[in-house]
Amino acid sequence: MTSTIDATDRLTAAPEEFDAREVEQFLFREARFADESDYDSWEALWTDDALYWVPAGNDGPDPLQVMSVYYDNRSRISTRLKQLRTGRRYAQAPPSNLRRLISNVEILGGRPVSSGGVDLEVAANFVVFESHDRADRSWAGRVTYRLRRVDGELRLSYKKVVLVNKDKPLPTLGFLI
Amino acid sequence: MTAGLTGVAPLIQRDKVHASLYTDPSIFTEELKKIWYRTWVFVGHESEVSQPGDYVRKKLGLQDVIMTRDRDGQVHLLLNRCAHRGNQVCDDAKGNSSTFRCPLHGWTFRNTGELIGFPFYKGYGTRKLDLAMGRVTRVESYQGFVFGSFAEDGPSLVEHLGAAAGEIDRLVRLSPEGRVELTAGWLGHETHSNWKLLAENETDGYHPQFVHGSIFGVTGSTIAPLYSDASTAVTRDLGNGHSENDLRPEFRKFAEPMRWFGTTEQRVPDYVAAMRALHGDAAEQILIEGAPHVMVFPNLFIAEIQVFNIQPVAFNQCTQYSTAVQLVGAPELNKRMVSQCVGSVGPAGMLLADDTEMYERNQLGLEALQPEWLQIRRGLHRESSDENGFTIGGATDETGMRGFWSHYASLMEAE
Repeated sequence: MTSTIDATDRLTAAPEEFDAREVEQFLFREARFADESDYDSWEALWTDDALYWVPAGNDGPDPLQVMSVYYDNRSRISTRLKQLRTGRRYAQAPPSNLRRLISNVEILGGRPVSSGGVDLEVAANFVVFESHDRADRSWAGRVTYRLRRVDGELRLSYKKVVLVNKDKPLPTLGFLI
Repeated sequence: MTAGLTGVAPLIQRDKVHASLYTDPSIFTEELKKIWYRTWVFVGHESEVSQPGDYVRKKLGLQDVIMTRDRDGQVHLLLNRCAHRGNQVCDDAKGNSSTFRCPLHGWTFRNTGELIGFPFYKGYGTRKLDLAMGRVTRVESYQGFVFGSFAEDGPSLVEHLGAAAGEIDRLVRLSPEGRVELTAGWLGHETHSNWKLLAENETDGYHPQFVHGSIFGVTGSTIAPLYSDASTAVTRDLGNGHSENDLRPEFRKFAEPMRWFGTTEQRVPDYVAAMRALHGDAAEQILIEGAPHVMVFPNLFIAEIQVFNIQPVAFNQCTQYSTAVQLVGAPELNKRMVSQCVGSVGPAGMLLADDTEMYERNQLGLEALQPEWLQIRRGLHRESSDENGFTIGGATDETGMRGFWSHYASLMEAE
């Protein structure tokens, strides 16, 4: 599994084979797939060593020892999406209507990967408006992404979503944030 | 019908309960007084304040409570309110400090609640005032689980827990050191429903195949058959409002150590070896029968490897706090427990988010004017007594709910 330590002092110089505009376009596409509950397209963005992490307000040096909202490796991402596709994942059946804004995109540097190579680490702010059967809600936070080129295409190896309100009880988070 | 004039007794019958119990704000107000601020309520675990000076903020009903450990190791539940003018004295979620200093006028309290100083004492003509922070009247722990009660007297915690204490023991016995910790932090899940829908659902063996069919089907889970029509599991009314789904008959059928945890002994060899070294021949039964699935009235739910603390917010809102059980001396299991819990519980949990969806739809459904009653009759005709005299029903029967309501009625009818 990709290192979950995201201290910026471990970052190297950004690898050169990424174009800032291409990176942004990738982030916007990932956001659109999530907004539109396009599970197949969204799943195809991930690498095999993926980590999708939404921390809760629990501190700790090791995320494997504390509760998170999401802490999905590639296998669990797949399970989660299979559950969503059944149409009986009631927390998302019917699915929320969603639109999100991605902003303040910042290229942070390179993140060496244990299998060799260097991922590009990018951060951004986001706001997503969710309209659900019983409530309309806004969610906001900071996302850290790690991108890799696989067979010429950009792929996502890591997405960490730090919610602004992670320290408080959260309502059901059934959609892909 | 409302609680005001007649009490809740007419609203609670053997086979049905009235919808106003979930939708009437005046009944919620009465519950705060007669249940949440009277009976024993689960607040937290001693392992959350493991060192002298540690503190963590908690909820007990609507009360903002600071759980502290003093220099002598004693655990206190303080009300987060200055004795001077009522300002909150603690604003951090947790930390370590032997004192709390109110930011409004600098009054300072020891972590036992005792007032130890106030600025400009000449204005009071004395250095000592007979004032202190409010405290939860009685604080007791069982196996490290900390409960508070605002009643001056009444049953002790052990008396309140009754047979449920044995279920907590059964959980703790799974640790090779005989100790459980709740140190993985809590996931808070805001839930827009009455708290009783949760308390009833926790040992409702009828819903899993329907609400959780999506995840059972996708993962090939072995949980679904435990709650099938053919299951030999038992729903037990443990008395005092506590209930359990006793899954042991199913696990005994397979007689496979660690099946209860969805794994095999080969995958957790150190743990199994430690348990066999400690318990000898008795280890097999412990490893086969696994952890309890017990709802402790009104708000502690132990679901095998996860613990829930349910706290009310309003007649139509509550908060679920959930965390993974950590067995001291079982590192092989503990990371798996966190991982499984993160997948299952909380706002995005593949199980609990769907339960919560049902709680919230249920709350709205109950606002319908007709029919006025909810059915709790399932399995009434096939209930029996077990060898200890407890009422038991089938795996999918509403025996637990009936036990809950019987105790609820007795508390709400008391003066």
